Amino acid sequence: MDPRELYQEMILEHNKKPRNFGVIAQANRHAEGHNPVCGDHITLHLHLEGEQIQGISFEGHSCAICKASASMMTGQVKGKTVAEAETLIQEFRDMVTGKLDTKTQPHHLGRLTVLAGVSELPSRVKCAVLPWHTLHSAFAAQETASTEKEF
Amino acid sequence: MSNALHKSGKTLPGGLDVDRVRADFPILQRSIHGKPLVYLDNAASSQMPQPVIDRLVHYQTHEHANVHRGVHTLSQLATTEYENARHKAMNFLGAADAREIIFVRGTTEGINLVMHGYGRAFLKEGDEIILSAMEHHANIVPWQMLRDEKKIALRIIPMDDTGELLLDEYEKLFNARTKLVAITHVSNALGTINPVREMIATARQHGVPILLDGAQAAPHIPVNVQELDCDFYVFSGHKLCGPTGVGILYGKAALLEKMQPYQGGGDMILNVTFERTTYNEIPYKFEAGTPSIAAGIGLGSAIDYITGIGLERIAAHEHALLSYATDAVRDIKGLRIIGTARHKAAVLSFTLDDIHPHDIGTILDHQGIAVRAGHHCAQPVMQRFGVAATARASFAFYNTFEEVDALVEGIHTVQKVFA
Ligand SMILES: Cc1ncc(COP(=O)(O)O)c(C=O)c1O
Repeated sequence: MDPRELYQEMILEHNKKPRNFGVIAQANRHAEGHNPVCGDHITLHLHLEGEQIQGISFEGHSCAICKASASMMTGQVKGKTVAEAETLIQEFRDMVTGKLDTKTQPHHLGRLTVLAGVSELPSRVKCAVLPWHTLHSAFAAQETASTEKEF
Repeated sequence: MSNALHKSGKTLPGGLDVDRVRADFPILQRSIHGKPLVYLDNAASSQMPQPVIDRLVHYQTHEHANVHRGVHTLSQLATTEYENARHKAMNFLGAADAREIIFVRGTTEGINLVMHGYGRAFLKEGDEIILSAMEHHANIVPWQMLRDEKKIALRIIPMDDTGELLLDEYEKLFNARTKLVAITHVSNALGTINPVREMIATARQHGVPILLDGAQAAPHIPVNVQELDCDFYVFSGHKLCGPTGVGILYGKAALLEKMQPYQGGGDMILNVTFERTTYNEIPYKFEAGTPSIAAGIGLGSAIDYITGIGLERIAAHEHALLSYATDAVRDIKGLRIIGTARHKAAVLSFTLDDIHPHDIGTILDHQGIAVRAGHHCAQPVMQRFGVAATARASFAFYNTFEEVDALVEGIHTVQKVFA
């Protein structure tokens, strides 16, 4: 595979100008994700109201694949319910591990399919999945009242 | 020595004939993603030449049996060959006595053995161990385990912005509680060759034993433990064109004799009853159970191969590669070399703009170029230089100037992708 197939315009664009990057004031769930192999480290801030994801943001240091994945993920799950997001988490994992062929099988991933090429790069699967993994832990995290929490 | 001359493929008198050397390494013929392999991850693990591969096959085909256990011919043959390998390691390190050469699984196990055999046996609450700021995790974590168990303290020699240890600060760390110095000979993340002669002399003045982590030194520069007068020296076979699963711990006999065994089991005993056990003599006291026999013999063969080429010639060629590469990447805008010590082994650690090293590694890989991307098991070094990770090209004697050119071109491609 040509590296340009993986590092497509959309991925590079999200890497350069990540959406929902920073801290949102109303966040009441937080989770950290860390990939010790390459040092990717992100923090997710989530504003949950009941089952609804009202707001979501992320920050941290990571490679382009991880950052683009996080950026697109936050865009996709905002406004969705926890259950809908969990479906996306599963579908995304299946896509990048080669279990879901997005060309022939039904899914809800939309533009996230630009990351399908990661399935050919086993060493990079963890980078792409890290934000999703972190989102899953954020759902399970203790609710925090304050938004001033230090990370 | 001009690089142009090197690049023309001519070999200087006494220099290294790289083409001939490369022909010994079958893996260098293969391609990756349709491009010729450019293997620049030698600090992580080096490749194996045909004579060593043949030696492993010959052993398994004709000589295998358990060692030190049988009167039958094969067992004696395997034992003789395994002990020959020990002698090769002894000569390679310039040790005086084969009893001072312990087969271990690798550098990591060697350091853990010293932590257990020496540290656990002799260190007490309040004692101190001196480490450096550029250690591999293998020379940090075992001592932290000891620290937490024995309530000792670890004192860290700081380094400057080029990646050189501050020797004045080192001297100041010694006091009456200092019980051991454990430092790397050559840094895997920065390439720094530490002034170990001076550092050993300082430890001697204070009467403190010193361990050198030689994982990155033994394959690249001549080492003589008697001249150095260090107490322990450790290295791994797989970074020296040998197999994985074997390494060497050198220790001074007087120290090894005092130390407690590392693991219990067969071979490390002279006599066992349910009441008590008499431990075997050194080195066998530290070699419990059936060892990696083939790997040990393979390491002996790798040592023959390396010494056949000559570590002086290896060091000269690798140094020329490093200078050539350092000059070449200096012109790349946005590239920052991490580790610019005056004395360096052929390790080029760098960051590129704000491109994550993992992305650099993937794009280079697609051009057939293997580099390491990450923290290189030296997270404190990354923290010291304020980076999360670096990309690292590490050269061996079988690398060429053309491969350096390929790396430089590869880096340009990375920049184009991210432009
Ligand atoms: C300086 C240094 N020390 C220790 C090690 C650990 O060696 P091994 O993994 O072979 O035990 C390495 C290799 O990664 C190293 O570069």
